[in-house]
Amino acid sequence: MAQVRPKAKTFQELILTLQNYWAAQGCLILQPYDDQMGAGTFHPATTLRALGPRPWKAAFVQPSRRPSDGRYGENPNRLQHYYQYQVILKPAPENVQDLYLGSIKALGLDPALHDIRFVEDDWESPTLGAAGLGWEVWCDGMEITQFTYFQQVGGIECDPVAAEITYGLERLAMYVQNVEFVYDLAFNEQFRYGEVFHQNEVEFSAYNFERADTEILFQHFKDAEKQCAELLTGRKLPLPAYDQCIKASHAFNLLDARGVISVTERAAYIGRVRALAQACCEAWLETPMGKYTPRFG
Amino acid sequence: MPDLLLELFSEEIPARMQAGAARDLERLMVGALTDRGYLFEGIKAFAGPRRLTLVIAGLPAQQKDVREELKGPKVDAPAAAIEGFLKKTGLTRDQLKTEATSKGDVYIAVIERKGRETPHVLAEIIPEVMAKLPWPKSMRWKPGMAVRWVRPLHSILCTFDGELVPFSFAGISSGLHTMGHRFLSQGRIEAKRFEDYEHKLRAAHVILDAEERAAIIFEGVKQAAFVRGLEMIPDEGLLAEVAGLAEWPVVYVGAIEDQFMDVPAEILQTSMRTHQKYFSLRDPKTGKMANRFALVANMIVEDGGKEIVAGNERVLRARLSDAKFFWDEDRKHSLESRVEKLKGIVFHAKLGTQFERVERIEKLAGEIAEKIGADVEKAKRAAYLCKADLTTGVVGEFPELQGVMGRYYALHDKEDAAVADAIRDHYKPMGPSDAVPTDKVAIAVALADKVYQIAGFFFVGEKPSGSGDPFAVRRAALGAIRIINENKLRLSLRSLCETATKMVRGHVLLDCIMDGPLGAYTLIETKADDSSFRSISLPSGDLGVLGTAEIVRLNDEYPLSEALWLLDAERERPDFGDYWIEKTKRQKNYGPDAPAFLFDRGLLPFFSDRLKVALKEKGTRHDLIDAVFSLGNEDDLVRLVARVEALQAFLKTDDGANLLAGYKRAANILKAEEKKDGKTFLGKVDERLLPETADKDLHAALGRAIGAIGPALEKEDFAAAMQQMAALRVPVDGFFDAVKVNADDPALRENRLHLLAGLRAALHRVADFSKIEG
Repeated sequence: MAQVRPKAKTFQELILTLQNYWAAQGCLILQPYDDQMGAGTFHPATTLRALGPRPWKAAFVQPSRRPSDGRYGENPNRLQHYYQYQVILKPAPENVQDLYLGSIKALGLDPALHDIRFVEDDWESPTLGAAGLGWEVWCDGMEITQFTYFQQVGGIECDPVAAEITYGLERLAMYVQNVEFVYDLAFNEQFRYGEVFHQNEVEFSAYNFERADTEILFQHFKDAEKQCAELLTGRKLPLPAYDQCIKASHAFNLLDARGVISVTERAAYIGRVRALAQACCEAWLETPMGKYTPRFG
Repeated sequence: MPDLLLELFSEEIPARMQAGAARDLERLMVGALTDRGYLFEGIKAFAGPRRLTLVIAGLPAQQKDVREELKGPKVDAPAAAIEGFLKKTGLTRDQLKTEATSKGDVYIAVIERKGRETPHVLAEIIPEVMAKLPWPKSMRWKPGMAVRWVRPLHSILCTFDGELVPFSFAGISSGLHTMGHRFLSQGRIEAKRFEDYEHKLRAAHVILDAEERAAIIFEGVKQAAFVRGLEMIPDEGLLAEVAGLAEWPVVYVGAIEDQFMDVPAEILQTSMRTHQKYFSLRDPKTGKMANRFALVANMIVEDGGKEIVAGNERVLRARLSDAKFFWDEDRKHSLESRVEKLKGIVFHAKLGTQFERVERIEKLAGEIAEKIGADVEKAKRAAYLCKADLTTGVVGEFPELQGVMGRYYALHDKEDAAVADAIRDHYKPMGPSDAVPTDKVAIAVALADKVYQIAGFFFVGEKPSGSGDPFAVRRAALGAIRIINENKLRLSLRSLCETATKMVRGHVLLDCIMDGPLGAYTLIETKADDSSFRSISLPSGDLGVLGTAEIVRLNDEYPLSEALWLLDAERERPDFGDYWIEKTKRQKNYGPDAPAFLFDRGLLPFFSDRLKVALKEKGTRHDLIDAVFSLGNEDDLVRLVARVEALQAFLKTDDGANLLAGYKRAANILKAEEKKDGKTFLGKVDERLLPETADKDLHAALGRAIGAIGPALEKEDFAAAMQQMAALRVPVDGFFDAVKVNADDPALRENRLHLLAGLRAALHRVADFSKIEG
């Protein structure tokens, strides 16, 4: 058995460490996006900014919702709501692996004492029409980070290529704090993770699996789809349109968790969200920030 | 002679791609150098987590001079032709030579190219080779450049005879430097020659050769197991993979908690292997899985690996908790209760759900069981349950445990042991080195599963093509062939395949009805909830207007089975198939004759091809398989193989070889004369018109052989049939030595041709000798 490490960082210290580390690397420290989404990749600061020629460097925490991962607060590490720490660097710096390893060191994991490896794991998001090549990073056999070189977003080739680094914060914290049950994590010196989130997991699991009104959700999906398409005709507004795409995606995830979408329908729904994402990405590239007309400098 | 050293240093290369990349690099370099006239003493490529290395020994410092003579137009050819030749060769007219040929004087261009210095040639070909290297998956990373590599490329080291070979690829200039281990070395390493390079890398904790890394791991695990009184469970695939994940492999051993040790060993082993890439260990005396695992790290650490082992044990605990959870949950529901759930899983869009698949496998398994003397009820029961484990948590997590888990759950449900074993073994053989099932119940289910796979996918047009076999139909066929041959099963392939295709055909037709403008939607609905059905009314029996027929919902009047029967009745109409042929193009082969047609035109040739592949290793000649197959009507593989083997043995004898030569001669003569006369010579031999002894001998011998070959074949005594043929050799040889077939007397000529046709017919009872080579 491993010993509890002295002075292991609390959950929030981990976040603060990453914020400071990536700020020092010149990243914008952004805040979470205020829409419900399945992963940090959905944040427009990743999806849209990964496109086009304009350089981009940003880091942020993104609450991520995976309705079907709900376990009523009983599973040691599965959560329907958890935090990702997302770093997006465009173009990918030549030394991006070293930069990443620097962050691991900053978190208190000394590469000289551990076995850190980059193991093939390509990434794909069918709903975003996005794909990339990369690795999952292992620390002593534990996957602590997903590392991806974006090749395509919204069906559009990325050039320059962005590097995306995604830390699963709870999992990382469990590792650093040597904790087996996610709710036992020290959020700070006083509070445990369970005090903050256990009730959320119980209630939202019930919502996701039992109570979410599927009729309303189907309507949400249709409404979002309609509004999204509408915002991309005439005078195009890709940012508000993309919000609708995010909403449609989340409605789909909830419907999926409720088990009302069959296997064949599933593919069709994913295709519909992808079509929205694709249209938003294309429209984004026509905007000043998308195509890099130097308006702001 | 000088050596080339090339290293391509990148971010981590996926383990599964390394060996292939090394092979491709070697192959492409050999090709590029050979194209330029180079010979060299040796070449070797290495691959590891962060680098591809190539060393070529004994490469000449200078390319060979090339002298080439090109033949041009005639001296008196039109000016334009001569101009064209000059342009092509880059010479002037006075540089051309002339040469006298049978067609007159022609121009000859002599082109001499001085061999270039090798470094220049290398600088040209290496970037080309790199651009061509076929990674299974590659990426762009340089802004504005289309160049691809498996992951970002960082540096290129390239020397020839210890000197830098300057070139660039992806904006990276070649140099003399590389890097050592990511964590166990510091700074750049300079290397100019291979020995130096390899030595310095080793000092920097990089072992270049994947085979050496694999050997270190193998020995390390073996040793670590041995000192604990255990042994490693060999796993070649895993060994190769972990050898690609570490530049400096170090083996550590961790413990599995006792609470997991009553989970089936297969689950533990699969979980450790797929998720964590650990080796499982076992007790050499009992063969039981041990509560220890071996992991391969890429690190030497100060604490002797305490942190690393502890970390890995924690990860494993979480992994095995998940697996144990699934195992416990899965056993709360019986396999039988899970079969229903297969209705919700699509097997293939055109073939329906897994449930439908199971129904069909069950029927086939029953049929096979009956023929091979297996317990029919047990075979059907096993077939019914054989896919139920697809809905379990463990199989959801580890698809490779399908079947294995089915057996565990079946035993837990107190199913019969033979049924449980058949559930596990029906996927066998899973590869050329996997054993085939030998228990009769398992054989029935395994064969049924494969026959359905083959016939089903053929029927819906998903047969394997040159470029791919997405549904593993070839593998299924090889499996079926091995099951039949190794168990010596006497079965008619035709009957099995037709049973399978008939079921599929019913399904596809139903689909077509549903696709058609028949209000078919309601049919799907009914089928799904299985409540009631409506009749299909076909106005005035005119199939031409079937498209406008109505499916009327008649509450509870017709149960589904009856509706399907109605559909079946309509299907018996002779023009039903034609109607659908018109209706939709993809309908082509779906008429009532489809199963028989498909077998003759599609499945039989396919099985014949697969059989050739299957028997190739045994040294069985493919042309003999053709020769027996093309007799037609042979769909019993065991008998077919026996006949082929007897034939092959016979052809190896003197008699066989000579008889074959005689046959060829006879067949050639017949072919020529049949063409000349525009008729065949199948008539009876006129015994009075046999003037020579050789004529009479051959006729008599043929009479004896034909009389004896038939009964021998019937008894399947192929050796005896061959002996009868052997007896023909002397009279055949004698015949050709003594007589002239094309005698001047037309009646005699015709009679002798009748004799030869008789010989051909006699031999064709055994095999189609025209297909035999040599």
